[in-house]
Amino acid sequence: MSRLLARFDVQFPTFHLNVEMDVPMSGITAIFGPSGSGKTTLLRCLAGLERAPTGLLQVGDGIWQDETIGLFRPLYNRPIGYVFQEPRLFPHYNVRANLLYGYKRIPMEERRIVMEQVVEILGIGHLLERRIHKLSGGEQQRVAIGRALLTSPKLLLLDEPLASLDIQRKQELLPFMCRLHEELRIPVLYVSHAVGEILQLADRVVLLQEGHIVGVGTVNEVFTSLTFRGQFGAHRIGAILEAPVAAHEAEYGLTRLEFKGQFLFVPLQAVAVGQVMRVHILSSDVSVVIGRTGCPTSVLNVLEATIIEIREMDQASVDVRLDIGAPIVASITRKSLIALGLKPGQRVFAHIKAVALNEELRA
Amino acid sequence: MGALTDLDLSALWVTIRLATMTVVVLLIMGTPLAWWLAHTRSRFRPIVEALVALPIVLPPTVLGFYILIALGPYGPLGRFADLSLAFTFTGLVIASVFYSMPFVIQPLQSAFEAVGKAPLEAAWSLRASKWDAFLTVISPIALRGYISAIVLGFAHTMGEFGVVLMVGGSIPGQTRVLSTTIFEHVEVGEYAHAHVISAFMLTFSFLVLLAVFIANRRFPIHVS
Repeated sequence: MSRLLARFDVQFPTFHLNVEMDVPMSGITAIFGPSGSGKTTLLRCLAGLERAPTGLLQVGDGIWQDETIGLFRPLYNRPIGYVFQEPRLFPHYNVRANLLYGYKRIPMEERRIVMEQVVEILGIGHLLERRIHKLSGGEQQRVAIGRALLTSPKLLLLDEPLASLDIQRKQELLPFMCRLHEELRIPVLYVSHAVGEILQLADRVVLLQEGHIVGVGTVNEVFTSLTFRGQFGAHRIGAILEAPVAAHEAEYGLTRLEFKGQFLFVPLQAVAVGQVMRVHILSSDVSVVIGRTGCPTSVLNVLEATIIEIREMDQASVDVRLDIGAPIVASITRKSLIALGLKPGQRVFAHIKAVALNEELRA
Repeated sequence: MGALTDLDLSALWVTIRLATMTVVVLLIMGTPLAWWLAHTRSRFRPIVEALVALPIVLPPTVLGFYILIALGPYGPLGRFADLSLAFTFTGLVIASVFYSMPFVIQPLQSAFEAVGKAPLEAAWSLRASKWDAFLTVISPIALRGYISAIVLGFAHTMGEFGVVLMVGGSIPGQTRVLSTTIFEHVEVGEYAHAHVISAFMLTFSFLVLLAVFIANRRFPIHVS
């Protein structure tokens, strides 16, 4: 699979970015970290808006920057779509002219994405003849995304495109972002400091802290890591899992998902069997049980698990990271930990009391 | 009221040619300089800014004196051109470029500062090369700055007197402009002629400024 390889070491007046990054060129990769951790700077280095003096950037087969031989392709020679925090639309053009600005500047044979498609996905057909200042913030940002897409980019860079919007506009735009990814299949690097957005959108996370990458992995791996949990407002996440629908049990009002040979029950969903769903589990909804038969329970979701790691969070509570085919975290009391004598490597069962579903469905 | 004489008309023509050429030269030279001033972090910036603003406060005779020396047969510019540029139309254009520089550079600089780098970066991300981005995005957004620069540069050049007299003299058809014509008329007591030209210049200057202010009101450029 095609990959993105980047190495940047830049000293700014108040800040030092030093990263080495290697991610697949597929799906949505979130660049996540607190404010001031260097997310935007990293994105600007990737785009070529900042030139790291010793930078190296390889995207698929193409080398975009290699300072050992003085190679640096300026942004306008990189097949990138960039969406800034603010829409940055051109005020002297209407919506249509803004959308076509980049489209007209790429060679005919590279135009894979066309106007009709973008207009349909982003729902901006009724805005085409409007002046920019007549649009709401959400509409402007949709046009900005459309404008970037119409350059048929090989890589889409999004710098907190939802940050300048209020909650309602954000909720409006999120489904568009999902469709965009599903229908156009462009690899996306998505900068955000909002855990919620990442849980809904991202496939993998690059975790940034004070200019350094401190973790890379699937959303589930990173947010169930006991090292990073508790930071970044992700402390209640137990797991984010993707599982296909195995069957519907309509008489009980339940849908059964299959996850690595085990089952998860969720409220009945109106989706086809085989459809992959993304589910969220809170760590406080997961408990640890030793022996299934010895402990009859009303809890439906009981999964075989192996303890990977245990970490005391404070005097009362303990996080236990379990493997159920993917990591999941249970927050239990220290008293239970001692009473059950839990140890890493031990075979146990995870009882999951509640499973929340993402509204969003993934193909 | 006496009608304009042929001499007056030729002065009008010289004035318009002078102002037009000065503005064209200043736009071409001034755009990169104003852009640099708007975005540089160089510590030389205040020095350059002060130099550009100098003609606003300097007595025109001082400016005129130095330019005269530079343009003369033994001055650096005169030597370069291998002839004296003093008392020629070309010399007058060179002098006017210096004299009107702040009136073109400063509006451009503030316009570029207001536009910022954001639209430029957006244009680059949409495959526009540097020139393309400047012509299709930056200059239209900075349009108001350009209109102010053109109008102020033009009007200010039309109104110059001291520098013209020092560098150009008042040779009919070559370096005699409207402002010096008024002076000549007054010198020989032709007050009626002086009145006509003065009234024309007053009205023209007022109308030009009025047009700029109306244009700014009517066609505001929305920068979101």
